[in-house]
Amino acid sequence: MGQLLAVKDLTVKFALRRSSLTAVNNVSFSLSRGERMGLVGESGAGKSVTGFSLINLISKPGYIDTGSILFEGRELTGLSDEEIRQIRGNRITMIFQDPMMTLNPVLTIGTQMVETLKAHGNISTRKAEAVAIDKLRLVQIPSPEKRLRQYPHEFSGGMRQRIVIAIALLTEPALIIADEPTTALDVTIQAEIMDLLITLCDLSKMGLILITHDLGVVSEVTEKIAVMYAGKIVESGPTRSIISDPSHPYTKGLVKAIPGNIPPGEPLHQIPGMMPTLTDIPAGCSFHPRCEYAGNICTTQIPDLAPVPSRQSNVACHMISGRLAPSDIGSAARRKRQTAIAEELPA
Amino acid sequence: MFAFIIRRVFQALIVMLIISLLGFAIKQSVGDPVREITGISVSAEERDALREKLGLNDPFLVQWVRFLDRAVHGDLGNSFYFKRPAFDVILSKAPATLELVFATALLVILFSVPIGIYAAVRPNAWPARFLMGASIVGVSIPVFLTAILLIYIFSVTLGWLPSFGRGELIEIFPGWKSGFFTWDGLAHLVMPSVALTTIMLPLFIRLVRAEMKEALETEYVKFARAKGLRPSRVLLLHAFKNTLLPVITVGGVQLGILIAFTILTETVFQWKGMGSMFIESIERADTSLTVAYMVFVGFIFVVVNTIVDVIYGLVNPMVRVAGGRS
Ligand SMILES: Nc1ncnc2c1ncn2[C@@H]1O[C@H](COP(=O)(O)OP(=O)(O)OP(=O)(O)O)[C@@H](O)[C@H]1O
Ligand SMILES: [Mg+2]
Repeated sequence: MGQLLAVKDLTVKFALRRSSLTAVNNVSFSLSRGERMGLVGESGAGKSVTGFSLINLISKPGYIDTGSILFEGRELTGLSDEEIRQIRGNRITMIFQDPMMTLNPVLTIGTQMVETLKAHGNISTRKAEAVAIDKLRLVQIPSPEKRLRQYPHEFSGGMRQRIVIAIALLTEPALIIADEPTTALDVTIQAEIMDLLITLCDLSKMGLILITHDLGVVSEVTEKIAVMYAGKIVESGPTRSIISDPSHPYTKGLVKAIPGNIPPGEPLHQIPGMMPTLTDIPAGCSFHPRCEYAGNICTTQIPDLAPVPSRQSNVACHMISGRLAPSDIGSAARRKRQTAIAEELPA
Repeated sequence: MFAFIIRRVFQALIVMLIISLLGFAIKQSVGDPVREITGISVSAEERDALREKLGLNDPFLVQWVRFLDRAVHGDLGNSFYFKRPAFDVILSKAPATLELVFATALLVILFSVPIGIYAAVRPNAWPARFLMGASIVGVSIPVFLTAILLIYIFSVTLGWLPSFGRGELIEIFPGWKSGFFTWDGLAHLVMPSVALTTIMLPLFIRLVRAEMKEALETEYVKFARAKGLRPSRVLLLHAFKNTLLPVITVGGVQLGILIAFTILTETVFQWKGMGSMFIESIERADTSLTVAYMVFVGFIFVVVNTIVDVIYGLVNPMVRVAGGRS
């Protein structure tokens, strides 16, 4: 499998009056052709901003500060507006969260599909409609010829998301970015839509970045995971090992919170505290105020995302065994906790 | 859609009934139809006899129904001053007013759409800020002041534009003399229509801008961008088409208000249309003509609003299928 996407040290900021907020901080990840990655984390972690920045579609005061986005061998940062437009919606397509809001209410489904194809190539309306009908059939919309003439409000939520998926498939992209594609849907339809998406990705060897705060979904459909917290990736690696044996205390909390992991009758697990807002990110490790393992060093030094010995994953945590010099650790109590973690995480 | 149109037309009829009732009530309390017919030099007995003959002693409702019946057949009474049917007088004055309104509406659309879109896309650029500031000033100056200012600058000082009348007219079909087809007629149209435009334009710029701004924030516009559409298509189709609904709705109402504003403008520019005729009819206590004007303008207003509603239905697919909206 060749490389499809390599994001390196991506930093996205929002310009304010005098200062700026860093919504995405030094994020790196990569994707092979046809590979699927889950981007997980709490609300406000920067998942959507990361996704949108790949196609240079960050909302207004936002901008890519530094970093590189290598897609199909091409550097995307620094492309002109017209150059990135030709990639956006063509080689990289997106699926949005709420299908009730994604489609334009005053244009027919046909118009909204045909225009996409026309924006990316010289194609007659008739040919474009044929492609559109083809894709609608792929997402199992009955009598697509007739449906092409209808408006969004004539479809249910689940149907609309199928149409959005069909639009994302029109140009046979190499990568789909799906930003919480099932969150706004009925629980009964969620699995259906997700299955459809995965089947179609397999069918045409498309890469997928699945943005969600639901580790449960991600664990079923992706090959790897990147966990984001306050703009940073705190843990990344193969899905199986992260779900079965998470390293970062935040990831541990998320895994514990997967409803399927909780024995019936017990209360749902919650990570205590709240993610900091971008304006007051704590010094050191931004997770330390919520972390039960935090030591002195965590309050002052930012941990690097680095491979964990004997594991396939990368973790940004001081408290992973083998990373700390004894002088880094503060009190005896802290040292005790540290050994506790070390025991819990087999080296 | 058909049921929707029927319902709108039915509502329009009810509104017309109410307007006619108001007009008739005014006529009853102010006007004296006997005077209209006879003048003053007729004895009291003769007047009473005429009164009885004309049915003026009948109950109010009976008279109203009679008034309605005549109005439907185009008979809105006789103008005391012009000695002609009031409806004929109005029809002869209508082209002047309608041309003025038409020119104004054209100017308003021509300017408000591009300026509104521009101000929505570049809210912080200085031209946008200047235009928004200027539009506040524009909306707060009364129309007769604008008119007098225009006359002072362009007629009195510079001598570029004629300050009163309609100039050279051409009869485009029987009863309709138009100023659109001669340079002189167009020159006379400039200042009155500009004066009227200044009242409406700020509102429409603000409306287009606000609706555009809202549309540009929507998910579907963001999705349109994510599809890689060209920026012009995102702006002028995806965003702008969604602003049409509110703009058309407000536009219909404002068109009616525009007709009301022609009263002032026509008076200042001595534009011989329905507006100045209305003022004159009041000064001459020509009650039949005054009421006829009100009923006629009310009728235009209702017709325009009904048409606007139907267009609204055509633009908005939701109304078309549901057959109505609450
Ligand atoms: N237009 C904007 N201006 C300023 N800050 C913004 C803007 N858009 C996003 N942000 C900030 O960027 C951060 C990350 O937002 P993002 O939408 O990526 O979160 P997310 O991880 O997708 O969360 P969610 O699960 O709620 O979608 C948030 O803290 C948000 O406040
Ligand atoms: Mg998001």
